[in-house]
Amino acid sequence: MLAYLLKRFLWMIPLLIGISLISFFIMHLAPGDITTSEASFNPKASEESRQKLRALYNLDKPVIVQYSLWVKRMATLDFGTSFASHQRPVFWQTKDKDGNITLGMIQEALPITLLINVLSLILIIIVALPLGVISALKQNQLADRSITLFVFIGFAIPGFWLALMLMYWTGVQHTWLPISGLESMGHENMSWLNQTCDTLKHLLLPVSISGLTGLAGISLFVRNGMLDVLHQDYITTARSKGLNETRVIYGHALRNALLPLITIFGLSIPGLIGGSVIAESIFAIPGMGKLFYDAVLMRDFPVIMGILTIGALLTMIGNLIADVAYAWADPRVRRGVIK
Amino acid sequence: MLINIYHSKIIKHGLTFLLLLLITSCGDLSSSAQTNNTANYSKNYPASNGGMLIDAMTGEPSGLIAMIAGESAASAIAGNIFNSLLKYDKNLDLIGELAQSWEISTDQKTITFHLKPQLKWADNQPLTSEDVLFTWQKVTDEKTRTPYGSDFKLVVKAEAPDANTFRVTYAVPYAPALDTWAGLHILPKHLLKDQDINTTAFARNPIGSHYYKLERWKNGQYLKLTRNPNATQGQAKIDGLLSRIIPDKASQFLELSADNIDSMGLNPIQYARIFPARPDLNKNIALYKELGNSYTYMGFNLKRKPFDDIRVRQAINYAIDKQEIIDGVLLGLGEPVASPYKPGTRWSNPELKPYPYDPKKAKALLKEAGYEDHDGDGILDKDGKPFSFEILTNQNKEREMTGVLIQRRLKEIGINANIRVLEWASFLGRFIKPKEFDVVVLGWSLSLDPDQYSIWHSSQQAPGQFNFISYNNPQADKLLEAGRIELNPEKRMKIYHEFSKILLNDSPVVYLSAGYGLSAIHKRVRGISNPAPPAGVGHNTYEWYIPKIYARTEINEQ
Amino acid sequence: MINIRRYPLAIIGFIIIASILLLALIAPLIAPYDPNAINVKAILLSPNNSHFMGTDGLGRDVFSRMLYGSRISLMVGFVAVGIATVIGIILGAIAGFYRGWIDTLIMRLVDVMLSIPTFFLILAVIAFLTPSIWNIMIVIGLTSWMGVTRLVRAEFLSLRHREFVLAAQALGAKDMRLIFTHLLPNSLTPIIVSSILGIASAVLVESGLSFLGLGVQAPQASWGNILTDGKEYIQFAWWLSLFPGLAILITVLGYNLLGDGLRDAYNPRSSKN
Repeated sequence: MLAYLLKRFLWMIPLLIGISLISFFIMHLAPGDITTSEASFNPKASEESRQKLRALYNLDKPVIVQYSLWVKRMATLDFGTSFASHQRPVFWQTKDKDGNITLGMIQEALPITLLINVLSLILIIIVALPLGVISALKQNQLADRSITLFVFIGFAIPGFWLALMLMYWTGVQHTWLPISGLESMGHENMSWLNQTCDTLKHLLLPVSISGLTGLAGISLFVRNGMLDVLHQDYITTARSKGLNETRVIYGHALRNALLPLITIFGLSIPGLIGGSVIAESIFAIPGMGKLFYDAVLMRDFPVIMGILTIGALLTMIGNLIADVAYAWADPRVRRGVIK
Repeated sequence: MLINIYHSKIIKHGLTFLLLLLITSCGDLSSSAQTNNTANYSKNYPASNGGMLIDAMTGEPSGLIAMIAGESAASAIAGNIFNSLLKYDKNLDLIGELAQSWEISTDQKTITFHLKPQLKWADNQPLTSEDVLFTWQKVTDEKTRTPYGSDFKLVVKAEAPDANTFRVTYAVPYAPALDTWAGLHILPKHLLKDQDINTTAFARNPIGSHYYKLERWKNGQYLKLTRNPNATQGQAKIDGLLSRIIPDKASQFLELSADNIDSMGLNPIQYARIFPARPDLNKNIALYKELGNSYTYMGFNLKRKPFDDIRVRQAINYAIDKQEIIDGVLLGLGEPVASPYKPGTRWSNPELKPYPYDPKKAKALLKEAGYEDHDGDGILDKDGKPFSFEILTNQNKEREMTGVLIQRRLKEIGINANIRVLEWASFLGRFIKPKEFDVVVLGWSLSLDPDQYSIWHSSQQAPGQFNFISYNNPQADKLLEAGRIELNPEKRMKIYHEFSKILLNDSPVVYLSAGYGLSAIHKRVRGISNPAPPAGVGHNTYEWYIPKIYARTEINEQ
Repeated sequence: MINIRRYPLAIIGFIIIASILLLALIAPLIAPYDPNAINVKAILLSPNNSHFMGTDGLGRDVFSRMLYGSRISLMVGFVAVGIATVIGIILGAIAGFYRGWIDTLIMRLVDVMLSIPTFFLILAVIAFLTPSIWNIMIVIGLTSWMGVTRLVRAEFLSLRHREFVLAAQALGAKDMRLIFTHLLPNSLTPIIVSSILGIASAVLVESGLSFLGLGVQAPQASWGNILTDGKEYIQFAWWLSLFPGLAILITVLGYNLLGDGLRDAYNPRSSKN
């Protein structure tokens, strides 16, 4: 196990190099150099920030030097301050000489995005597991086909369209749910329980919509995994031993079919951290997606680079955890029998 | 079968659990921020204090020091927190705000402001002429990253002889001076003197002197202002202002429909089509319109052929049907303009009329300039080259639609125009600054002071400066220079009327329309002037009030 | 060989796709109006006899715009997936055939690309290159090849040591010949399936970009920007968002049903049942 861990850890080094290269490439994608396309109309201010930018990214130096300096900043997680939002630190909070703490932009946005996406992941599992299992057991019957149709509709419906219709229905026609934002007026005066309730109510629509989109992937995965397992010999053996069908399905089949799900979760981490630009715009949620989109429109390069790098780093760590969990759950991987 | 029942149970329980959690246990909150939807808003109530006005903005301010932040969201909020020396009243005349009075010396180079007595900052410190001087020093400081410094750098001497007097001296008389002082928010010296104004935490935690002070700024969610007990201009009636950040306009409109926000700007379709068709909305929401502060134009790149030819520009001006644009894009909610000044104000020359829609005249002018359809393909050509160009605009529904209408009219006289719509940052960075465009459809604001030196003077053409169409007319230059040093309003008016006439004849831009500013404000808010005075609906927000009976119930459990 | 009656959903998907492709092809023949023809006197008409999907804020006929928009939306899907598939096949084939260090390199590249949220990459690149239909197609293509690469590589790895490949190699077949005549044709099915599913995603990505103002730019119509135009009037001019919304939904659904059905049909586990 230790050897596996070590090996897996070393694998991250080439990935890190790749990420540094890609983010470096994006920074240089803007024509001329990144200082020419600034979102301000003012000759003086732009000249000044151009110089600042040039100094910050060492644009006057050769490309190799620029790159190595970028790697250095990446290694120390120093992404500087935002151009567009009054020099807020991009990643983590800073303290000025008077002791005023300014929170980092990613520091504030990441927990919100994580919360929404973890909730929607939980929702997906709660709904997708039974749907997938039913689908597999009723393969090619009406239930299977209805479920397939349903999950695909969920995937195919343009999210912002559905969101607006639901907002209208639950927020305007009926006043069941709040329409946008994260808190009601007076949230800070509520009791702890009501604050939680209030936030959950605000999150219900965004979470359900992103859950609906992700349903198809997981439920089909469970279905196909179940089908694979159900046709394997040990299930047949179990059945022929006269084991109760429920036990066959839940004791043997489902457990084995679920194992690969861990990898799927690993793969969905970029989405978890990245969040959804569209949902966050529609629902006025200040998460990572909105942050990134605003930064792109304002050409706020420190924020763009910070999010790409931090996001990729967290993804890699998440994938590492998923892989380790998988190895822990499946002894064959641990012993190096299969990769 | 057994399995099936089991599954349906899981689903059922799961869903019930979620619903229970969210709806039932939180049920007591479901009407928290709501008032009775069936309230009758036709009754009158006397003005009273209290209530909270909620509005929405699409973007978040970057900071609340307006001279640094620059964007409109910042100015809107900071305008409720900071005072200037002067302000415009509802008829757009300058009156004192922090200043009680001011004098202009006989040589017209020196202005002396006398501050009102006993002014205080929200933190109880006295507000004196030292603060004004400090603000001037900051705005003119080379290290301050502000686009607004140039006006104030014309001041050669600024002094604060006593706590209530502030005096500035210009090298030559500067006519827009008073207007510039009406736009500069005075900042507290005692809090900022040791700070780097570009990065200070004060921008996110400001102390001002106006009606409100910042109570809470929740990043990406809202800014909440509450009444400032030390307000220099008296007390506002409404207790608090809450500005929610809702990036999507469609979501904003849903929030307005659901009575979760009190006001928002509308587009013409919402104003002229949706509201009339929705009696339920009209019951709770009142609509306001005022002549806006900007106009839309189509500007030529005068450095490019064939737009250097005045006949071509005039021809295109004749070929565009402005009324069609006002009717089609603005649904009639706009006015034609013939000068860069607000119609009906003194600076706008009443004798000037927009180029009428006259395709025949347009064709004749183009023929004169050498453009004819020689090869019979329906497109005019000269020297074997078809007359074809690109109309560039930024992402703005109304400008896009305007472009499409122009495209069709130009096609009718044989000009092939393509439209390209760009997102703002690349629009500025890639095309406007390097002057890589044929024709743009854009807007300029209609300033209250007539000085538009930076837009039209030939010296203002460097990349990133405002005269990006490269307008250059020595006669216009002279008038612009004269208008800056003439303080007599009558003479000044004549100068700008003459300037507008030259500008209209040169046709460096085609004036398209000045749209109305349209807004919807909930009927619980009272004291709003309707019809709006020249200064607009928002000129007296401090007099607005919300009768107690209409106020949203606030939750207060602790 | 395959009993198509067992895959009714795939058949439905196929019919949907075929009819939409047909409509897109014959759009100029059946569109009642010029999709960009403005009529200031017919702004925001609800569906009626002469405009059976109504008109938009400029009085343009929504039905005609939908027809022409289908061409743009589908083109974005096809070209983007075409690019992704070509890249994926090349890289996957190289990795799976030669293995060794080049395999490691390519697979690490895949891992890197997968660790950055794809939509972020698309957003950043399109904004910096300025949005245009070509940029959109290229960028979606360049950011979605990783799945195909993995697929092709896996197929190649499993086919590489099959007897027919080894036999061909023993007979002196060159690498290129082996790849193109033996390995690739035998891995075609999963590639087709993944391309079909990819088209569905690309259509959705285009509509998302339109929502953010970075999609196909006006006045050119795409389903995404018709839907975006309509979103502000969702309570009032429902036809502006309903038709493009449904069109996207049905098209994406069609591709998914077909893709999923094909995958099932060729997968041994289904036939065993």
